[in-house]
Amino acid sequence: MEAVVTGAAPAAETETPFIRIEGVSKTFGTFQAVRDVNLTIRRGEIFSLLGGSGCGKTTLLRMLAGFEEPTAGRIFIDGQDMAGVPAYDRPVHMMFQSYALFPHMSVEKNIGYGLKHEAMSKAQREARVREMLELVQLAPFATRKPHQISGGQRQRVALARALARQPKLLLLDEPLAALDKKLREHTQFELMSIQERTGVTFMVVTHDQEEAMTLSDRIAVMDKGQVKQVGSPTEIYEFPQSRFVAGFIGSITAFEAKVVSVTGETAEVEVPAFAATITARAVPGLVAGQKVTLAIRPEKLTIRQERPAAGNVVEGTVKDLAYFGKDSLYRITLPSGDLVAVHAVNAKRGTEALRVADWYDRVWLSFEPGAAILLVE
Amino acid sequence: MRARLAGWFHRRGWSDLMVALPYLWLVLLFLIPFLLVVAMSVATKTPTAPPFSFGGEYPLVSFADYARLMQDDLYIRAFLTSIGNATLAMVLCLLLGYPMALGLTRVSRSWRNVLLMLVILPFWTSFLLRVYAWMGLMGKNSWFNGLLTEGWNTVVPASWAVTSIPMMNSNFAVVLVMVYTYLPFMILPLYASLERLDPVLDEAAMDLGSRPFRVFLDVTLPQSVPGIIAGGMLVFIPAAGELVIPTLVGNAADPMIGRVISDEFSVATDWPMASAVAVALLLLMVVPMMVYSHYQARSEGGER
Repeated sequence: MEAVVTGAAPAAETETPFIRIEGVSKTFGTFQAVRDVNLTIRRGEIFSLLGGSGCGKTTLLRMLAGFEEPTAGRIFIDGQDMAGVPAYDRPVHMMFQSYALFPHMSVEKNIGYGLKHEAMSKAQREARVREMLELVQLAPFATRKPHQISGGQRQRVALARALARQPKLLLLDEPLAALDKKLREHTQFELMSIQERTGVTFMVVTHDQEEAMTLSDRIAVMDKGQVKQVGSPTEIYEFPQSRFVAGFIGSITAFEAKVVSVTGETAEVEVPAFAATITARAVPGLVAGQKVTLAIRPEKLTIRQERPAAGNVVEGTVKDLAYFGKDSLYRITLPSGDLVAVHAVNAKRGTEALRVADWYDRVWLSFEPGAAILLVE
Repeated sequence: MRARLAGWFHRRGWSDLMVALPYLWLVLLFLIPFLLVVAMSVATKTPTAPPFSFGGEYPLVSFADYARLMQDDLYIRAFLTSIGNATLAMVLCLLLGYPMALGLTRVSRSWRNVLLMLVILPFWTSFLLRVYAWMGLMGKNSWFNGLLTEGWNTVVPASWAVTSIPMMNSNFAVVLVMVYTYLPFMILPLYASLERLDPVLDEAAMDLGSRPFRVFLDVTLPQSVPGIIAGGMLVFIPAAGELVIPTLVGNAADPMIGRVISDEFSVATDWPMASAVAVALLLLMVVPMMVYSHYQARSEGGER
């Protein structure tokens, strides 16, 4: 089926995806958990499946692990079709959300468990366990039982156990969910550094957008069993392609709008809530007269007491303000009655008097044409 | 004074009473009767009523019955038969009960309740009736025995043919009926311990390359050891002291210890001897249990 490889092909050849998910669907009774998902994952990347509960991300993960068979579609790992391959024969290991450590085995027995199935001598096995213990800095706890170590240490045991057999793909189910906030940040960086050192491809399932943003090379945002968008954290955040993705990642204020005209890269859009026509970056396929959604993130707006000379300008009144220290969140009432959120960094040190705006102040909001997101979907 | 007493009662009285009740129960209904049995075991048999006395001569107590226990072939054989039958029954109950208990944890909740009910259902019929039913089945002239005999005769050479299979009045019959009777005592604690296991652990083991049977050996079995021990004790202890089953279906020439105690009490009217046998049986049961719980406590203490 494939075209004959010619001299021009190598570029595409090296881009051969390591993991291919082709048209995968999963139905439980009448409930469609996963609908026609197509994804490609590169060797050595951290790929996240991000979505709310019940979006199908865990089902997709379980299909990769081999605990569920897809109702339709195929999964390839390193070129090998996974159809009919049971979980115990897959080059895929999983770090479970609850860690699933064996309570009757010591830390080292847990880590070495998968190695029993490898053709290696006892000495090699022990060396590998020691290497893994070093990797997760748990050497002093080797002989403890899981209930004798802390939550963070348990998480590292689970990671070491899943990595011990050098899987082609490591699945991480909500890896940080069970940790407290302080530990989470630290562990996040540790996970990234371990991934870098081992070079194993990571697939993370998470409902936490921040976790996905900081950990991942690429993110697939899922909703109702479908992949809504795949891209780098920046692409997902700055260039969402649907209202769902825009709203799911970070906060956003959305307004109904109508396209007035499209000229090359920019579009003039009439926004009733602003009582103004603003300039925004056009998206492909935009036509005059089309109804669209104009979305804008709070930090992309600038708040001023005086009206700026030019650009996209909206007038409003401060309804609310929340001071967080490093920044403040303002809620501005527009003349139409709509509310818009504005994030302002408190770059200057000073008392309340130095604030950009105060309660009930009349203010002007402005933003660059590129800052507003036009959403057709 | 009354107010203080009432105050104490409100503060601690209820909880102290709650704690004291089971102890009171044990002291009244176990410890005191047991001490009476121990006292009786060192008495001497007399033709009075009650048929024992603490002998007129020094040292008032007599260990003669314990000495007889060690020497008389009858008692030693009875102990060995009891322990042998009880061990066999326990092992068979484990082998039969484990898959059943595991099966109970793997079916849907509604099915589980139905099946658990079926496990307990035999208790609703009189125990004696059920033993008599087995006697009927095993008897020489029953359809069941006839069926088995026919089956046997068709597979073995003609010279080995039999008119019936001798099942009754044998240790085989005793073990069979004990397994049947005590199976629920094995299944229920096993089920309780298996049901608590996290199914994610099975998935984790499978994910790490273990086939289903390996998962069972590595994850399920070691974690169910407390259930195995509990079930084993619940079967072994009553089985070793069993009286009714060996009396009804067993071989009178090769009695179990329960039968010996009963005979000493009623037939021989030798209460001190019966008491000595009972005390010996109790020691035989309790000492291994205490050793086990001692090590259990130590290993748990070490883990914490």
